[in-house]
This record gives sequence, C-alpha cells and structure tokens, in this order.
Amino acid sequence: MSKIRSNPSGVKLDRRTFLKGAALGLAGTALPLDKTDASFWEAFFQKHFREMNDDEKKKVIQRLEKEYEQKYKKAIHIGSEKPMPGVLFGYGLDLSRCIGCRRCVYACVKENNQSIDPQVHWITVLRFKKGEKWIDLEESEKYYNPQNVPEPGYFYMPVQCQQCENPPCVRACPTQATWKEPDGIIVIDYNWCIGCRYCMAACPYGARRFNWGEPKRPAEEINPNTHYLGNRPRYKGVVEKCTFCVQRTRNGRYPACVEICPVGARKFGNLLDPQSEIRYAIEHKRVFRLKEDLNTNPKFYYFFAYGR
Amino acid sequence: MKVLFAAIGNVVKGDAKYYAWLAFLSALVVAGLGAYLQQLDKGLITTAMRDQVSWGFYIANFTFLVGVAAAAVLLVIPAYLYNFKPIKEIVLFGEMLAITAVTMCILFIMVDLGQPLMVWHLLPVIGKMNFPASILAWDVIVLNGYLAINALLVIYALYRLSMGKEYKLALVFPLILLSIPWAISIHTVTAFLYNGLSSRPFWNASILAPRFLASAFCSGPALMLIILQLIRRFSKIEIDQKAISKIAELVAYTIGINLFLLGAEVFKEFYSGSIHKAPLEYLYFGLHGNSRLVPWTWMALLFNLTAFVIFLIPKTRENTLTLNIGALLIIVGVYIEKGMGLVVPGFIPDTLGEIYEYWPTMQEVIITVGIWAFGALFYTLMVRFALPIYTGGLIGAGKQRS
Repeated sequence: MSKIRSNPSGVKLDRRTFLKGAALGLAGTALPLDKTDASFWEAFFQKHFREMNDDEKKKVIQRLEKEYEQKYKKAIHIGSEKPMPGVLFGYGLDLSRCIGCRRCVYACVKENNQSIDPQVHWITVLRFKKGEKWIDLEESEKYYNPQNVPEPGYFYMPVQCQQCENPPCVRACPTQATWKEPDGIIVIDYNWCIGCRYCMAACPYGARRFNWGEPKRPAEEINPNTHYLGNRPRYKGVVEKCTFCVQRTRNGRYPACVEICPVGARKFGNLLDPQSEIRYAIEHKRVFRLKEDLNTNPKFYYFFAYGR
Repeated sequence: MKVLFAAIGNVVKGDAKYYAWLAFLSALVVAGLGAYLQQLDKGLITTAMRDQVSWGFYIANFTFLVGVAAAAVLLVIPAYLYNFKPIKEIVLFGEMLAITAVTMCILFIMVDLGQPLMVWHLLPVIGKMNFPASILAWDVIVLNGYLAINALLVIYALYRLSMGKEYKLALVFPLILLSIPWAISIHTVTAFLYNGLSSRPFWNASILAPRFLASAFCSGPALMLIILQLIRRFSKIEIDQKAISKIAELVAYTIGINLFLLGAEVFKEFYSGSIHKAPLEYLYFGLHGNSRLVPWTWMALLFNLTAFVIFLIPKTRENTLTLNIGALLIIVGVYIEKGMGLVVPGFIPDTLGEIYEYWPTMQEVIITVGIWAFGALFYTLMVRFALPIYTGGLIGAGKQRS
C-alpha cells in the first residue's frame, strides 16, 4: 500500500488529491484533450497494415515519420518495400565456425534500433560445454562473460527468429498483428499488436521480445533507414523480433549479422535460387534445424563443417 | 417500475455494516486503480514478468476465475434438468457468480495487455480477429457468449419474479440447455489456449483440459457453498440445507477425480523421466536450486488431500464448521494449483533452457487485489439488487400500499 502512494519527488498526497489525480490520469489516458487529438485518433483508428492501400500506407507513414522526427529530432525514413517475387529467404549458421563473440548481437541492436534500457536483444548466443548433452538447451549458458572467446571446451549457438514456414506465433496471435510475408519473413505491425504476448508463449525458440517499458535509445544512435515492418522505433507494450533485416534484404543487401560476422559463420540467401550460397550449404552440409520434432519448419539451418 | 426503484433502494440503503463493507471494497478498488494507472504510465515493467516468463499473476488469476465461472453449470444441471427444487431456488446466485467471475476474467486480461486501448483489434468485423486459427480468439467468443447467456438468464428470472410469477421454463429452456455445454466450453477453450502450444511441454499434455474441468468443479461449487451460507446469514432468504449437502456431495466426487488426474500426470512425467518433466520437477522439488513455488505446491497438495477427506466423510461434510474448513482448503488449493502452479511452470525452464524465477511485484498484487475487490463489490451490489425481488417482499409491500 505505502509503495504505490510514495512518489519520487517525495510529495505527500492526501487522499483527495490522490483521487483527483487518479481520476484526471484516467481521463487523460482515455480522452485526449488538447491539439494532439487529431493525431491521437488517427493513430487509434489506424487500419491493419495489410488492409491499407498504397495511398493510405503513404499517409500513415508520413504521420509516423513526423512523430518520430518530433521524438528523436532527426529525419527517419520509413520504407514499405514489398517482397520480391521468386524470393524465399533462408539462413544458414555454421556452428563449427561460431566463436561466440556476440558481434552479431551488437550489430543487430545498432541496425534494428533495439532499446538500450530496458535492454532488448533479438539474437541470443548460447554457450554449451563440448561433449555434454545439449539438445534440450537446458545445459546452455546465455550469460557467459569470459575475457576472450572462444573458450576452450565450449561451443556456441546463436538463436534468433527462425522464420518458420509453419509459425506457431502467427497461429496464436488473436489480432493477426503478425504474419508470414510471401518472401518467408514473419513480420509484426507494431501499431496493430495489442501486447497480449500469446505469440511469446507459442514461440519454441524464445525469439520474441516484449517492450516491458518505454523503449529508450539515444537519438544519435537511431538508424534512420527503416522499414514499417522492421526496424522502425517501437512502442511500449508491443512485441518485436528479428525480421532478417527486412529493410536491408528487400533492397538486395545482407542482414547486419551476416555482414558483421568475423568468421563467416553466417550465410544468407534465396532458397528458391539453386545457385545461392544457402542452397549450396543445405545441399552439401549436414544441416539440422532447431526442434524439428515440433514441425515448425524453420528457414534457419544450422550445420557443421570441419573446423576448430 | 416500483419494484425496480425499491430494488435500487436496497442497493443504496443498508446498515452501517453494509456501508463499511462497501467502503472497504471501494478503497481496495481505488488502490488497485492507482497502481494500474502507474502501470499504464510506465508499462508492464512494473510487474515481475519478463521475456522468459511472459505471463504471470494476472493470467494465473484469470485462469482460476474461468474455472469459477464454468462451475455455475454444476448448479444449473440439477436445478433445471432434474428440477431439484432446493438448488433451483438458489441457481440465480450461481449465475450471478458466473457473471461476476467472467467480468473479473475480462479485467485480468485487460490489465495484462501492453496496449489496452487497442483491444478493439481483436473484435470481429471492426477489428481483425484471427478466427478460427487463434485459440485466444475462441476464448474471447466463448467468454463473452457465456457472460451474455448468464446475464440473459438472470435478467429474465428477475423480471418474472418481480411480476410475482415463476419463470416460464419453455421460454428459457433452450438457453439453459445451451449454457451447459457452453460452461464446459469456456474452461475447455481456456485449457486449449495452453494445451495447443507445442513449445511448452508442461501445457502440451492431453490431460490438461480434463484436469482444468475437474479442478474447476472443485473450487467453483466450494466457493458457492461459502457464498450461499453468507447470503443465508445476511438476508432473510432461506436456503435449504439439502442444497448445501448436495453441492458438498458433488465436490467430494470432483476432488477425487482431480486428485486422480493429478496422480496420472505425476506418474507419467516422473516414471518416464524425459526432459519434459523439468517443469513438474520445478514445481515439486525445485530445479537447479530454484524452488520459489515448491512450498506452495506442497501446500496446495496438502489442502486438496485434506479437503478430499473432509468432503468424503459424510459426518464432516454435514458439519457446518468442518464443511467450511474443507471448502476454504479446496478453494485455496485449486487457486494455487490452477493459478501460479499452472502458468509459471509453463515458462520454466524457458524455451532456450533458461530459468527465470517469477514472483509478482507489489504493484501486481495491488492491482490483483483491486480486481478481486471489484468482483466482491459487483457481486454484493447484484445480490442486494436481486434479494428484494427474489424474496418477493417488495410485491407484498407494493400491494399493501396500493
């Protein structure tokens, strides 16, 4: 009881003031009273991304760009590139090369405007002891923190959204706020998500992150090249996750984690293109996918090559 | 019309004890509201939930209350179908309990949402409800449907009673028939909500839905037992002791079934001993030194067993004191088992093998208490409204005046 009454400035509230404040606060969250209302109602009634025509999308994006500019005091571009025909993105990760340096994690944070406080990471790198059972992941260590990597006797496995062909999260979402695009990427409309977190319970890979608090990121560290369904700044109370850097990959670039990897453990490409590197890896290596018994059919392939 | 005013009068007027009760509950509601406003402002970071354990105390309470709401059917079946008079007289209070419980369920979902204003997105037609794929969409439908059915039944019964007539069964019978499978459906769908997730082995067990129903049919009627005795004490309504005994007898069976199903689950997990036993191990023995829920789990088991003995033996079942002790034990036992004991272990260990021990923050507890107080307030006011109509006292008074 005493905890909720206490306030940071140490002002003592008597009951009446408290009630008044509570009532005003409630009204404030329900009814906007000043000039911001137009934009508030526009945001409130904003349609689902897939139900907007190009014109409506343009308008919404303009409004959002304005909002972001006010917030971060710099121009932020929100793209809405569509999936390319004949493309199905796939990812490969060579476990024998990964040294557990987490450069992919930090590159991802930078590229995708993840919150610094509370800390959000889309990639989790798990450390396993060599020669011990590891497939149930329970023996993994997520918070390893040595002086140098790789550590002798250990190997590492980065996990991020596996972009399942049969995604349990999409089935779970009660509002269709998350869906699979034709190029195979599972995306989220951050303005449509209600924050129920059923998708997080459904995801077998711990890939989804919730904005438990207001996401904070210094304006100078904001990457201004964004995509509506990808790395644009998120809101408090919505879910986010890896999108294979949709803002890059739909423009012919590699995801940030692929680019940064110092040992070339990460491969990326078009699964429908027989000449692609990812197809080569799948056809020539012994690949496996995480938790294949669940039939989620991920487009994220792990494999081993000879190596350390 | 006169009856309506008098009924409202009964809600507003009362003795000092009644006012004190209302004031007490209102204070708790206000405290809860205050905590919720802070949560709205700062986000769900004020709770102890995190990415590893993404549902907690709110959803635990939600799950328990769906069970309470579903259990109203246990009163409906004997009342209407077998025309068992002693229970027919009190079925109204069961239906009102269902209305209250569903309302509280909706509140618990609302406080758990990250974007509560956007809740309209899950409505059909105006939103984009993911039906039939999402079980959560099903849950929205069955819970609101159940609320509507019970509200209609209560309103109709009160309307007929206020005219001084018995209810015309033919008119509402289809609705009553519908309410029975519907009550079972709300709890089944809620079980499927968890059950359908292959990512969480603890929930992904076929025994989940039967266990949900069995435990709901323990705690719901037990709660009804206590409420009926309170109503009998604080009003002029005579509640037949036979009704109480009948409900107590039902509870004896359902506790037995619930314990049997629990045993089946415990055997399968521990004897086969696959990696999927980890959540159950966490519950009963702790996992890698993490044992936050262990004392609670054993307490629940002890309570359920004791209650089983009390309800099983006719002597203790018929004695008011032991009956009430048994009812309280089973309510608390199921509250732990079907609340925190169901939701939290689903996330421990999490899908990447991490153990994050969840325990609600003060903020979550205050909001939860606020919603329970709201439920108690809502139920009290509903009962106060219905009582004069129900006892027919008003009709007599109205006639005298005219």
